[in-house]
Amino acid sequence: MFEAVLLTVITAATPLLIAAMGELVVERSGVLNLGVEGMMIMGAVVGFAVANQTGSGTLGVFAAIAAGMAMSALFGFLVLVLVTNQVATGLALTILGIGFSGLIGEAFIGVPGLKLPELYVPVLSEIPFFGPVLFQQDSIVYLSFALVAAVAYFLFRTRLGLVLRSVGDNHGSAHALGYSVIRIRFAAILFGGACAGLAGAYMSLAYTPQWVENMTAGRGWIALALVVFSSWLPLRVVIGAYLFGAVSVLNLHAQAVEIDIPSQLLSSLPYLATILVLVLISANRRLTLVNTPACLGKPFVPDR
Amino acid sequence: MIATERSNQRGLNHMKSLLKATVAAVAFAAAGSAASAADVKACFIYVGPVGDFGWSYQHDQGRLDAVEHFGDKLETAYLESVPEGPDAERAIERFAREGCNVIFTTSFGYMNPTIKVAKKFPDVKFEHATGYKTDTNVATYNSKFHEGRYIIGQIAAKQSKTGVAGYIASFPIPEVVSGINAFMLGAQSVNPDFKLKVVWVNTWFDPGKEADAAKALIDQGADVITQHTDSTAPLQVAQERGVHGFGQASDMINFAPEAQYTAIIDDWGPYYIERIQEVLDGTWESKSTWEGLSEGHVVMAPYTNLPDDVVAMAEETEAKITGGWEPFTGPITKQDGTVAAEEGVRLDDGAILGMNWYVQGVDDKLPQ
Repeated sequence: MFEAVLLTVITAATPLLIAAMGELVVERSGVLNLGVEGMMIMGAVVGFAVANQTGSGTLGVFAAIAAGMAMSALFGFLVLVLVTNQVATGLALTILGIGFSGLIGEAFIGVPGLKLPELYVPVLSEIPFFGPVLFQQDSIVYLSFALVAAVAYFLFRTRLGLVLRSVGDNHGSAHALGYSVIRIRFAAILFGGACAGLAGAYMSLAYTPQWVENMTAGRGWIALALVVFSSWLPLRVVIGAYLFGAVSVLNLHAQAVEIDIPSQLLSSLPYLATILVLVLISANRRLTLVNTPACLGKPFVPDR
Repeated sequence: MIATERSNQRGLNHMKSLLKATVAAVAFAAAGSAASAADVKACFIYVGPVGDFGWSYQHDQGRLDAVEHFGDKLETAYLESVPEGPDAERAIERFAREGCNVIFTTSFGYMNPTIKVAKKFPDVKFEHATGYKTDTNVATYNSKFHEGRYIIGQIAAKQSKTGVAGYIASFPIPEVVSGINAFMLGAQSVNPDFKLKVVWVNTWFDPGKEADAAKALIDQGADVITQHTDSTAPLQVAQERGVHGFGQASDMINFAPEAQYTAIIDDWGPYYIERIQEVLDGTWESKSTWEGLSEGHVVMAPYTNLPDDVVAMAEETEAKITGGWEPFTGPITKQDGTVAAEEGVRLDDGAILGMNWYVQGVDDKLPQ
């Protein structure tokens, strides 16, 4: 029972974790990209289409990452080169992604998809309980944990990570020190797009292997909320994503075992949890200010 | 500073021209073939994307059936993903102004906007799906999906080894509740001790959540899954876990070749063809249509993965319903033990369309 619940929590949390991890890096560089949902859905449709045409799930995953990056490159060009409003451009990117993915996906409606195989780690996957939970997942789940470790290490243990954070905190000073603010931000935006695309591929190739319009169903927005929830710290994103996944899945399991709580209340629990954690975090004002990228959402135009 | 402002301005202008181009493209696409010489123009408003492979998809299939049937005599147009509320009113009114002769508004929430616009355009015919308000130029139509649910309930009770079925439900509205009850009555007609677990997901469409709900139900012992939500995800989970299920709204056999027993298909084509013909003939009048298996508005997909005797039983029930029998015929006992219908008494249409109670045996408390 507990094992079964845990397995569904992992699948529910993984797309949130990956998308949020990408957006965290983007926001750490001082850019607010509200287009996560749009990039994710593009990743889902392109991943599905390529996997369906080539018969290779791996190719599908790479194509999804490329699609997410292409969308984010468009966003990067608009907000960094043309200095458009980041909020409006991000929203436009989401709308574009939802519409355009519907157009691409038209031919794939009602076509069964390809499911990424689960990787069984030899010997270890035989261990009762821990085996199925930890060592019988599909490759993207393992990748999501590698991603967290890599992002955490990059941001706080490498020189380039320090530069990226400084660009997000004070782009004027970073520019004065000779760092190319635009180039660093563009790279961060591309990384965010790649992660959103990968999260989309997880939706259409592993979570529910099919394509239907709007299948991400708002998960991009939850990923955005998770970044704030985590106060821009990678490990807290993991906690947030799993908490969110757990609460939404537990709601369903509680109903199935007939625990007598109104389902509407259970459905709203993840959001109540978010509000609660936001209140708890913001109570510690100093910590919040230290972690919030000071230049988040502010446009940067070099003087010369 | 000035540089910033100017490039902001430039960016804004760029956005504007982009937007303009998009709007122009949309307007162009919507205008379509305005100058064609069709005898009648039928227009459709959908609540979801036509690619949902569920509710809106089936309405669009009905539109395509009509196009094929009438050929050059019919011109159609549709708007998809129109939110219920004020936006719907604008969309409906636009269609009315553009010379549509008959407008089909295909979601419950379009009821009041449809009535409102209809008053302004007395010469245009309006058809509202699943609503209850009519006018001289507004007809309503709906289908008896619960007839199909009774049949799949019987199949579930025959096939289940654990004696437990799982039901993924969207919102506690009468249509969904009557579906659960019909399923349960069908199951009880085969096995009086049959158990039904209900999970409310509070959404019509979220493949991920629907899949998780299916997994939770299977983990709790259900070996037949059915759903009143729109995606194919629960059936895919059933296929993966080696249990069985039923398609919803459209035939989902491709997604679960070994798991699907049958599917309850919404077939709007016959109704759309009939009503458009009446507009052509000038015999159209307002009425409320509520038909099911007998008129072909609800169709059972081919019975698959089933032994012959169960198929025979399902076909027999189907024939009985087509012959005029109503699944909501007594004895029916409510969950609280009170009698809803005495032996042989048939619930009236109003009681079915407004159902807000469970029959005895459903393992769930109805959310209020």
